[in-house]
Amino acid sequence: MSHPVQPSPTRSLAHSLTNDQHLDLYYYMQLNRQLEERMVRLFRQNKIVGGLYSSLGQEAVSVGTAYALEPRDWLAPMIRNIGALLVKGFKPRDIFTQHMGKYTSPTQGKDGTSHFGDLKQRHVVSPTSMLGDLIPVMAGVAMGGRYLGQKIVAMTWIGDGGSSTGAFHEGLNLAASQKAPLVVVVENNQWAYSTPVARQVPIRDLANRAQAYGIRGLTADGNDVLAVYSAAKEAVDECRSGRGPVLLEVKTMRMRGHAQHDPAEYVPPAMLDYWKARDPIALFENYLTENNIGETGRKAEIDARIEQELDSDQDFAEQSPLPPPELAEQGVYCEGCHTIEAEWRRPLAEVMPPASSVEAVWTVSDFGAFRPPAALPRPAISVASHLKPATHAAKHIAKPAAKPPEKTHGKPPVALAPEPDLASAPALRVPFGRGPKDRAFRQEQQNAKDARRKDKRGKRR
Amino acid sequence: MAEVTMLEAIRQALFEEMDRDPTVVMLGEDIGVYGGAFKATEGLFAKFGPERVIDTPVSETAIVGAACGMSYLGLRPIAEMQFIDFIACCFNQVTNFAAKSHYLWGAPVPMVIRGPSGAGVHGGPFHSANPEMYFLHTPGLKVVYPSTAYDAKGLLKSAVRDNNPVLFFEHKFLYRRIKEEIPDGDFTVPIGQAVVRRRGTDLTIVSYAAMAHTSLEAAEELAKEGIDAEVIDLRSLLPLDRETILASVKHTNRLLIVHEDTRTGGIAGEIAATVCESAFADLDAPVFRVTGLDTPVPYSPPLEQRFLPNAEKVAAAARELAKY
Repeated sequence: MSHPVQPSPTRSLAHSLTNDQHLDLYYYMQLNRQLEERMVRLFRQNKIVGGLYSSLGQEAVSVGTAYALEPRDWLAPMIRNIGALLVKGFKPRDIFTQHMGKYTSPTQGKDGTSHFGDLKQRHVVSPTSMLGDLIPVMAGVAMGGRYLGQKIVAMTWIGDGGSSTGAFHEGLNLAASQKAPLVVVVENNQWAYSTPVARQVPIRDLANRAQAYGIRGLTADGNDVLAVYSAAKEAVDECRSGRGPVLLEVKTMRMRGHAQHDPAEYVPPAMLDYWKARDPIALFENYLTENNIGETGRKAEIDARIEQELDSDQDFAEQSPLPPPELAEQGVYCEGCHTIEAEWRRPLAEVMPPASSVEAVWTVSDFGAFRPPAALPRPAISVASHLKPATHAAKHIAKPAAKPPEKTHGKPPVALAPEPDLASAPALRVPFGRGPKDRAFRQEQQNAKDARRKDKRGKRR
Repeated sequence: MAEVTMLEAIRQALFEEMDRDPTVVMLGEDIGVYGGAFKATEGLFAKFGPERVIDTPVSETAIVGAACGMSYLGLRPIAEMQFIDFIACCFNQVTNFAAKSHYLWGAPVPMVIRGPSGAGVHGGPFHSANPEMYFLHTPGLKVVYPSTAYDAKGLLKSAVRDNNPVLFFEHKFLYRRIKEEIPDGDFTVPIGQAVVRRRGTDLTIVSYAAMAHTSLEAAEELAKEGIDAEVIDLRSLLPLDRETILASVKHTNRLLIVHEDTRTGGIAGEIAATVCESAFADLDAPVFRVTGLDTPVPYSPPLEQRFLPNAEKVAAAARELAKY
């Protein structure tokens, strides 16, 4: 089973959002941006003790996707998903203190940036710097939640760069084979540090990877928060109804360097100009104005609230103490400081046989035999087109198992001239269970050889 | 009381822990219907079903990653490596994700990673590893390596109930070669406690897993020659029971460390350093060690035998040590 990639129905679901929810989206995006702008200033004042990674221009991705989740759902952010953390209920002070290495930060100074989480209240898993790691972890969260009957959806993000890691593929494949309720958002921001996406992957749409896992792939305009929300909501709903996982690619642009130290001179200026004109917050502000949302001063109120919130939280962070050095030695192991508790939402009897099935059932049509990929869209340059026309021998080999190609209804598609029908390209096919060691196989080859020899002899005479 | 193999003791521990606690789930390759490559999980699928005994794709990173995720929800997953050698494939998930989780953001990972390890069965260089030292160097993990059926069962139960990621190494040479009467019903062996397997006065041999048996065998040989060796079985490598080692060295004054793992960077170095730091004045001789060679574990029997320590090699080193 495979699903072709579908562009998400732009904004179709977004109409179900109320005016307040529209303003919520605005609030979180603007809070995300203003918070990061302040951190750039703090960085220049040497108040950020480590690196600073900007999500300028990507606010719609973090906010639009996370907004599609319910409070019970789980997420794991990447470095540029501060907006998602804000939607999940973390406060600007958490972000400020994390970056400044303060004792009051969620990790008490043990880690920086967006590397923090909260298992009990907000259901956020902390990322590591090893890209792709979160995908198997969140697949496990999705599987565990289902096992406990919690009806939760897990969501995580990965960049275009991180989508090349082994963990990405292992995690997605496990999630797909388990039908786990997991939404993986591929945040295609065009650059993996300095390497453009075209030099990392030979495909245009990263969501196409979904086909390989037999799951749904969606693409959305990452700079249109309503389009992102609509696509994410669709993905979350699919997962919640048991049809997950879903791979959602959002196309956007990293408007600054990889981190503050990187001037990103490798980015063509025209590219920046193109995306600057498509700034997600400016686009959304236009939308709000056109639709008379947030007029009568409500939007201005939000702006003022953000300023106030950031003032007080920045002040809190700057006044906060650094951690006591002896903290470095504490907390390597959990020695009774946490209780491990599972929140059961289904009767315990259900997880054990006979209530839970012990049938080992695998539904593989045709017992896994080779099937001509007639139904798949044909690549523009097919492997078969490079092959020479089938030889006698090849025809012989193919004969026993060869079925006539499936007939298509209506007019046959106008194929490129040199491209033979993949379904009837016999040279590619080895009948199931047969190969060079098979006596009948060798005999057929011999027969074909003999026949050719006879042919030649006849001609000579 | 029933006589069981180490493999059966492990299977019993898994069975009983899953039966006791519905938050215990298992993930691994071929652990379900097939019952595992060594049949350590045989019968678990029929009893507990596919939601609790999960056959996964061949994806060690996904197995350990998913186990981390499940543990964040309050479950206690047990991940099986079909052979512990394959833990190299998920090194990152183990050392960067699971091990650092509690220290960095207070999220405990009550997970067990278990798998068959060790040489002596002609498994070749990719099915004979003793990769414990990669993980001893990783704060946040616990590492357990039992040598008896009783300890295997008791320590595995402790590992499942521990709130931290525990690597549970099962020496496959011992799986079916040792049999032992173990008590019926529930019992545990605490993680982090070594045990003195043989009392002696002349020298201390510190070892673990299959080499604990080799060391005992050597000690019996030495006894015939009038050398009375004390043999300590570490059982847990992290945390390391330094007290038991130091106490022994303080009354024998001589230390020999035996491990199957390769020599350079093996645990012998850490133990020797500990003793030099804390009991230098008690030593009558330099610290000796008998270890695997600094090579991969070779396949062919004479090569593998050359690689492995054995009772003769241990006894020979002990004789040298006793001469001081």
